[in-house]
Amino acid sequence: MSYQARFKVWRGDAGGGGLVDYEIAVNDGEVVLDAIHRLQATQCPDLAVRWNCKAGKCGSCSAEVNGRPRLMCMTRMSVFAPEETVTVTPMRAFPVLRDLVTDVSYNYAKAREVASFVPPPELGPGEYRMKQEDVGRLQEFRKCIECFLCQDTCHVVRDHEENKPAFAGPRFLMRVAELDMHPLDAADGAGIDRRRAAREAHGLGYCNITKCCTEVCPEHIKITDNALIPLKERVVDRSYDPLVWLGSKIRRRGARP
Amino acid sequence: MATGTDPEARAAAGGDPAGRGVHHAARAAIPDPHLRRDRWWLQPAVTVAGLLAFVAYSTWRAFAGADYYAAPYVSPFYSPCLAENCESMPAGADWEIVGGWWHLSPALLVLIFPLGFRLTCYYYRKAYYRGFWASPPACAVPEPHRTYSGESRFPLVLQNVHRYFFYAAVLVAGVLTWDAVLGFRDEDGAWGHMGLGTLVLLANVALIWAYTLSCHSCRHIVGGRLKHFSRHPVRYRMWGWVSALNGRHMLLAWASLVSVAVADLYVYLVSSGAFDDPRFF
Ligand code: SF4
Ligand code: SF4
Ligand code: FES
Repeated sequence: MSYQARFKVWRGDAGGGGLVDYEIAVNDGEVVLDAIHRLQATQCPDLAVRWNCKAGKCGSCSAEVNGRPRLMCMTRMSVFAPEETVTVTPMRAFPVLRDLVTDVSYNYAKAREVASFVPPPELGPGEYRMKQEDVGRLQEFRKCIECFLCQDTCHVVRDHEENKPAFAGPRFLMRVAELDMHPLDAADGAGIDRRRAAREAHGLGYCNITKCCTEVCPEHIKITDNALIPLKERVVDRSYDPLVWLGSKIRRRGARP
Repeated sequence: MATGTDPEARAAAGGDPAGRGVHHAARAAIPDPHLRRDRWWLQPAVTVAGLLAFVAYSTWRAFAGADYYAAPYVSPFYSPCLAENCESMPAGADWEIVGGWWHLSPALLVLIFPLGFRLTCYYYRKAYYRGFWASPPACAVPEPHRTYSGESRFPLVLQNVHRYFFYAAVLVAGVLTWDAVLGFRDEDGAWGHMGLGTLVLLANVALIWAYTLSCHSCRHIVGGRLKHFSRHPVRYRMWGWVSALNGRHMLLAWASLVSVAVADLYVYLVSSGAFDDPRFF
């Protein structure tokens, strides 16, 4: 089946813009990105849109469809009734460049602020051995395709531009959690305190665990339950739990130099 | 970034005049605060209705101070019962440790702990932040607040005490388990009885345990805090079980909230004489 679908697509740039109505032919089995491509091929050759894999794996085609942050290539047209108008806008938490393309450099800046993996000094290249049960938790986080839909949805920065300097966002707090759980990460020995950094440098306390990041993640990573809340609990160990604090003092004193 | 955008023109187009959030000058100019057309308000509305119903019911019952014991059943709102003005419950948890100066309902003394556990629970936090505080009401729907610091400052930074309420909740669940066991005695204290009330108390305590053990702090304490699961096989296995329960934390939170109210209502009905407890043996 093929039909003329009604679309509203945001056109414009940093200077302004608005939703423009289009009618686009849509065929069975197509996704929103197909329709956007057809629009570009037949009506608006200057339409700006980012994409790459069309398979939900490159994380380029993030946008908002009917107000919900989604990958355009993973949003089937069959979820909309043929008479429904489908609204496509760029991500609304980031500065817009043109049409559906936003400037996501906030995310790259935040990525650089996370101290990278610290190699264990006693092991050389090729000598790393890790048990599956020690890395199972982290592998879920490695599925991330860096689409930044979670960053776009998180109300901490979406609704409060002023929080961007203080808050790394779910994707990069998840990275901190991943490294803090990593069986071979030697940050402690290098004087890097990831738990303290999570609270002080990356703004973990801003997250109020309302789970929108989890709701929109196209890789279905349980960001809140498996990364953010465990990280909050680790921060409690580090900063807020008097018993754990006392225990670690006593153990440190008892430890041989 | 230079945008060349005139905020006043943006405001005239219907956006937020202060240029907050999605109406920030550098972002795509869209007057609507959000473009969701599904029923995003339904979930917070149902949450608020459910929580308010529980709060109304439990406030009435907690302040009543009456009709909470019908031998051998005790309402979970009144156990353990810590004041001298408690009804005597043979073999039950009427420990008068607070003494005689307490004249209000004894439920108020003990409800602090389950209440604190649920108030600081990671699921209920999500539920009431979304439902009552609209922060955010739903994903990609803007929150109405001018500023936001989440749980990074006082008072919300206190949510971090959750694990202490978890320890208290384990103790309370232990007492409720004993209460359920006592349901196998008849009203004169002889063992070998079972009534519908026994079943109600058993079902309630099972759900309370499932909810308590599915807690995120429990998951952390049991094993989540380890760096090397492979060096702690027993804790790793327990972490796996708690994680499985934890995946259903929201469901268990609601199921145990309903069951605790139903158990209390059941004891109220029997104790006030509105209903006779059907006996199985
Ligand atoms: S759970 Fe935390 S990080 Fe995720 S969207 Fe909500 S506030 Fe942001
Ligand atoms: S965590 Fe999920 S939503 Fe966030 S960037 Fe990675 S894949 Fe995208
Ligand atoms: S085009 Fe690669 S994720 Fe959509």
